[in-house]
Amino acid sequence: MTTLTVPAAQVRHTTRVPSRPTGFLTDTWTVLLRELTPKLRQPASMLFAMMQPLVFLGLFAPLLPDVENGSALQWFVPGIVVMTALMGASMTGADLTAEIRSGSHERLLVSPLSRPSLLVGRALKEVVPVLFQTAVILAVVTPFSFDLHLGGVLVGAVIVSLFAIGLGALSFALATAAKEQDWVFWTVQQMLIFPLLLLSGVLLPLDGAPGWLRFLSDINPMTYVVEAERALFSGEFPADVVTGGFVAAAVVAALGVLVGVRTMERSS
Amino acid sequence: MTNHTHQRPVIRTEALTRHFTRSKKTVEAVRGLDLEIQQGELVAFLGPNGAGKSTTLRMLTTLIPPTSGTAEVAGHDVVRSRAAVRRSIGYVGQGNAAAFVQRGRDELMSQARAHGIPRAAAKARIDELLAAFDLQEYADRPVQTLSGGQRRRLDIAIGLLNHPDVLFLDEPSTGLDPQNRANLQEQIRRLHQDGTTIVLTTHYLEEADALAGRVIVIDHGVVIADDTATRLKERLGDLVLLGFATEADATTAAARAESALTGPTLIDRTGTQVSIRTPRGADSAPAMAIDLAAHGTPAIRMEVHAPTLDDVFLDLTGRSLRESAESTTQTEGAAA
Repeated sequence: MTTLTVPAAQVRHTTRVPSRPTGFLTDTWTVLLRELTPKLRQPASMLFAMMQPLVFLGLFAPLLPDVENGSALQWFVPGIVVMTALMGASMTGADLTAEIRSGSHERLLVSPLSRPSLLVGRALKEVVPVLFQTAVILAVVTPFSFDLHLGGVLVGAVIVSLFAIGLGALSFALATAAKEQDWVFWTVQQMLIFPLLLLSGVLLPLDGAPGWLRFLSDINPMTYVVEAERALFSGEFPADVVTGGFVAAAVVAALGVLVGVRTMERSS
Repeated sequence: MTNHTHQRPVIRTEALTRHFTRSKKTVEAVRGLDLEIQQGELVAFLGPNGAGKSTTLRMLTTLIPPTSGTAEVAGHDVVRSRAAVRRSIGYVGQGNAAAFVQRGRDELMSQARAHGIPRAAAKARIDELLAAFDLQEYADRPVQTLSGGQRRRLDIAIGLLNHPDVLFLDEPSTGLDPQNRANLQEQIRRLHQDGTTIVLTTHYLEEADALAGRVIVIDHGVVIADDTATRLKERLGDLVLLGFATEADATTAAARAESALTGPTLIDRTGTQVSIRTPRGADSAPAMAIDLAAHGTPAIRMEVHAPTLDDVFLDLTGRSLRESAESTTQTEGAAA
């Protein structure tokens, strides 16, 4: 057989560089870099993803009514940014399903990478495009009736990232629990994503909503994130609203990582 | 390779046990495993699907914690020092180590980062592994475009990146065609010659037989045999089948063989056929045939079969490994 004439496997030739303990941040960076590498190698796919929120904005923004104070875009854009984060981060787990099936996830579980870093690194992979998308959206809308307040946008970006890490981790947990059944993941993801979106007041204000709807909106952490983003993107820093957004995002992040790590420990 | 013969074993387990609870039913997948594996050994866990081989491997590689008992790998406890165990081992699972959307070289680099190996050293190591497994040509292509055999070589390269003290392979040749399987076995043999301690699971008898210096037969979660393949087979002995003209001849011959042969011998007569299971039966068969002819009951047909590991398994469990492997697969298929 010809295949037996492979070169001798001299695999212990180089000086042995031993495996060394790594910290959480290094591990998270390793995971993030690994996740981003295939995307960086195919910039076209990234470009397409960048365009998506613009399409949404272009088709939806013309329908917005004029509001009394400030432009409709000023109200609408921060919501679109949070929506983009929700859509992106909630799909974190979809890639995981493929990796669980192929076996590469198992290899990472046996590697020295810490469990939380696997979660956070993967969730951050969804944050990076969200931040780029935000930049693209802002670059497009600023020439129109939108005032750019860079300081507020940067603080807003931190809150959205935190929120996305939490969502990404929860999505990861969902994919782990769903194992190799794609449909379970997608059914649950779709079932949760739209109530979260509608109840947060991204698309329509909930001011005139009936009491029960207002209540559901009040217990939706995304509502607070959206409100904080709206204030920050207008260059305002109302302490209660910004803190509310921060706390809501931090709670989602903490919950996500906690649930994610527990699910991972149980599943393997 | 070291010359210390009295060093600590690379793997040591004591009463290692794992239960699974599925729909309120407890399954004892591994029951009180006591095991010692020395540096440089090439060990195969052999058994049918569901015997507990993979569960054992998953405990040793920290993928699942034991229900009770202890295990040490490369001097580290698999529960208390999981991180240290993970840094010391290489693992090639049943699936592929590299994600399909990634490139082989990128996955090798991420593995190096996971082990905290500095970039320059990692690059040198990666080039070395790509050369050793004849993968240079494919390293910069997406993994999904590689063939099954190329992917398997990449899996092993990833598993070896950190110069592991022990390389674990879970059913390494499943899904490979015979040519790639032979190729893989050749690679494993070379790694063993280089001094790597290797533990693999398999339900292919031929694989365990061809590869492993030591075969640990596992069934229903316990070790039922642990020795070299050669010794396991020798102990069982060859099977000599003799055909006679009449049943009377066969009965007489069976009695004669019983008194003539020494050692652990098993004689059975069915109709005109006598089957004799005896150590080194191939050597004693010609003399036996002459002796029987001289006493008026000549054999008219003779077959001699060297024992296979399947015979060993059959002898130990009363079941054929092939049959039980097939039936388990069928049950799993029905359940899914």
